Amino acid sequence: MKELVLSLIADGGVLAGVPYAVAAPLVMLGFGAVVVFGFVLPIAGITSWLERRVWARIQSRVGPNRVGPQGFLQWLADGLKNLLKEDIIPSAADRWLFSLAPYLVVAGFIATFAAIPFAAPLIIADLNIGILYITAVTGIVVVGVLMAGWASNNKWSLLGGIRSAAQIISYEIPAGLSVFPVVLLTGTLSMQGIIQAQGWAPWDWFLFHNPFTFVAFFLFFVAALAEGNRTPFDIPEAESELVAGFCTEYSGMRYLLFFLEEWGNLYVIGAIVTTLFLGGWQVPAFTENLLVLTLVQFGVFFLKAYFFVFLAMWIRATLPRVRVDQLMTLCWKYMVPIAIVNMLGTAVWMIVVSEALGRLVQIAMTIAGAAIVVLFFRRVRFHLRRARLQPADYYYSPII
Amino acid sequence: MSLGGFDVQVVRESGFATEEMTLNMGPQHPSTHGVLRFVVRADGEVMTEAVPDVGYLHRSIEKIAEKVGYHGFMPYTDRVDYVAAMPCNQGWAMVCEKLAGLEVPRRAEFCRVIATEFNRIASHLLAVGSMGMDIGAYTPFTHALREREYINDLLEELCGARLTFNYVRIGGVGWDLPPDFERKGLAYIERFEPLIDEYNSLISFNKIYKERLAGVAVISAADAINYNLTGPNLRASGVKFDVRRDLPYSIYPELDFDVPVGTGEAGVVGDCFDRYMLRIREMQESCKILRQCLRQVPPGSVLGKVPRKFKPPVGDAYVRLESARGDMGWYCVSDGTEYPYRVKIRTGSFTATSIIEKVSRGLMIADLIAVIASLDLVAPEIDR
Amino acid sequence: MDAAALHASLRERFGDAILALDEPAAGDRAVRVAPAAILEVARHCASDPALAFDCLSNQSGVDYPARNEIEVVYHLFSYATRHAAVLKVAVPRDNPVMPTVESVWKTAIWQEREIFDLLGVVFEGHPDLRRLLLPEDWVGHPLRKDFVEPTEYHGISTKRESML
Repeated sequence: MKELVLSLIADGGVLAGVPYAVAAPLVMLGFGAVVVFGFVLPIAGITSWLERRVWARIQSRVGPNRVGPQGFLQWLADGLKNLLKEDIIPSAADRWLFSLAPYLVVAGFIATFAAIPFAAPLIIADLNIGILYITAVTGIVVVGVLMAGWASNNKWSLLGGIRSAAQIISYEIPAGLSVFPVVLLTGTLSMQGIIQAQGWAPWDWFLFHNPFTFVAFFLFFVAALAEGNRTPFDIPEAESELVAGFCTEYSGMRYLLFFLEEWGNLYVIGAIVTTLFLGGWQVPAFTENLLVLTLVQFGVFFLKAYFFVFLAMWIRATLPRVRVDQLMTLCWKYMVPIAIVNMLGTAVWMIVVSEALGRLVQIAMTIAGAAIVVLFFRRVRFHLRRARLQPADYYYSPII
Repeated sequence: MSLGGFDVQVVRESGFATEEMTLNMGPQHPSTHGVLRFVVRADGEVMTEAVPDVGYLHRSIEKIAEKVGYHGFMPYTDRVDYVAAMPCNQGWAMVCEKLAGLEVPRRAEFCRVIATEFNRIASHLLAVGSMGMDIGAYTPFTHALREREYINDLLEELCGARLTFNYVRIGGVGWDLPPDFERKGLAYIERFEPLIDEYNSLISFNKIYKERLAGVAVISAADAINYNLTGPNLRASGVKFDVRRDLPYSIYPELDFDVPVGTGEAGVVGDCFDRYMLRIREMQESCKILRQCLRQVPPGSVLGKVPRKFKPPVGDAYVRLESARGDMGWYCVSDGTEYPYRVKIRTGSFTATSIIEKVSRGLMIADLIAVIASLDLVAPEIDR
Repeated sequence: MDAAALHASLRERFGDAILALDEPAAGDRAVRVAPAAILEVARHCASDPALAFDCLSNQSGVDYPARNEIEVVYHLFSYATRHAAVLKVAVPRDNPVMPTVESVWKTAIWQEREIFDLLGVVFEGHPDLRRLLLPEDWVGHPLRKDFVEPTEYHGISTKRESML
């Protein structure tokens, strides 16, 4: 970043003559704006469209398919509609907190993108405390949600807000603890550093590095789902109980901002999991052309991260919701001890296990992982075949 | 690994003042099945009591009966429980036939049973689907409703309506089975029965689902009888009683089917999971009954000879039949004219709502939703 | 146990509190009971091993202005022996007070609330006798034969002026 700014303010550059102290923040803001408006917000919107389509197919129906090809512009239509809606603030609500809450929530989520890598040179700020910064900044979301619940002056919203606060705060612990094995292995908190410590091949990923990081992967993903208020942990916005939980009283764009945060957060979760466990944007060095390599890296990272977005949608359509006390039990009685064991186990592994044995375990775990994936696809194929009914067995509605 | 929650004992140390919240789960709510209101007093998540406030759907159907006459009341009986309207129709027809001592033709009885059992499957599909949705699983609801659509199509072929059928008449049924109905019905049963297993593997035996429902709101057999719970609610508490088997009417004595009983498979006998599983099992039994009926419908007329001005002798009769929500009691007082003197309908949901206040003490708010869904309440039955 | 046998056995035990046996031209026969004794009779029906009526299947109120009575009809059922019985209690229309049977069958709590709501029968000893189906501030008991519909409720007219 520094070299880029220096080259821009040198003679002949675009910002020639501008002092460094002004140019550096300007350039960073510029990149931030490009990332936010060009990537983050469209991704959040497109995730909403994809979620509705994926949900619908799982539920044996079609989903939005009218606005644009395959309903692709549905998210734009929804956004536009919500912008034009009346902004209702309940008269008994706390006006300032009520208005501020959605902005805090969205700020907390967008700020994480300052440290999320897209490809080897593509990152706004490669902080040396990268992953710690991301975990910390997502905590602002809690403040926003609590504010929304309290300021709505509605007992159901309050319940939703408090549940959400308890949930997010509790699940920060297993999530944070599950990051530690990876940090121990790399010795750095920097996102790019973590990715560079892995390789492009599955057996070089931290996912298959040792059994403890394997478990840490699942633990982290589940804890991140809970932090993002996604089913099976979507108690704060449990439709059937609290209408819409902490965002019941919101209307129009303020309401949509909460959901923008939810969908965008899915991508953040995916990006973090990819960085920590799946080798990030690493690809084999197959070309000298920097542009092509960067594009391929970007594509690889995006696909890996987006797979987890898809996985979260899939889980949401399938699983029911856990109750609040069961959620807390799961976190404190099961996930935290396992996460601590993971951390200690990784530390011990690093000391005790030799290079060769570690390599062997990596390869063995990769083969096991590949075998599980193959078995999974075979099961899917079996079910697809079994579900295919012959027309003769099918009763056709006389109306159609 | 069990997700069993905390042992609920709210103990407050002195000097730490807390307030009880009074919440209103108002008449408009995404999950109370119909227009039903609960005033919930809760200490945080744990309820001290949930008092139902009913009457939002009271349409004074019983008083209307006194004005429209015996024949004219039949469409109103659909609206007593619009989710399972065929048994309501049949109940009214049965009580009038008992008062007047009428015989129903055999083919009409078969039509009635076929229609009622299809309606029972449709009602149970809606019940288990809504229950899944209330617990948070959105997919089983859509799958259940997809299957229910096929039944609606079949019944639309039969009587022209998809929800409020007005099919049964005093002395028989309104229309004969359309041509090819038996084949289509059997084809549907063939398609539907394996899907129940698929449904089970999707949601019924899901660990999170079981943990949400196991051991919640246990109703003992003695309580169930004392509060007059009926149907799946009663059988889930261990009482093996089904009006079709124990006080048989129509052609049920000739049909071969089991009466499933709650066995506490996930927790305790009489908990929410038992009530849920019982509805799944009852759907399977209804498929059995339908297979037998659709294969042996006898020829004949579908409506007996009933006078236009129906004037039963003076007296009163009480008839019970098995609706989707348990046994419905139809009580009719006749004074010899063509207008009933008094009609009283005692429904399964009415008695089930009365037990909620007792059962909800100490439960969490999330559990209240599960209880309401597991008792399969529909508001029109409660309020009439 | 048919109605006549039940009548005889109850009459033996409770004497004059058991009035005649109702035998209408159509439908079920019923045992008439005096209002004051209904709680005792109910307890006996529920606890006696020969009768074992553990379930109150239905409880309805019927208004008979011609006889100046409101009749409360109990349909009893026994899960153990599968037999059924009907009890009828008549209370005077201008002072419809009678004891509650909720201590015997808990389902009576809501059934009696409904009878109170729609017919105006007051059940002594009921833990929570208030309106069930109608709003708390409703005036009148709609199921009575002489009920006149109010012309308005909270300023909303009850008559629809035109069908359109």
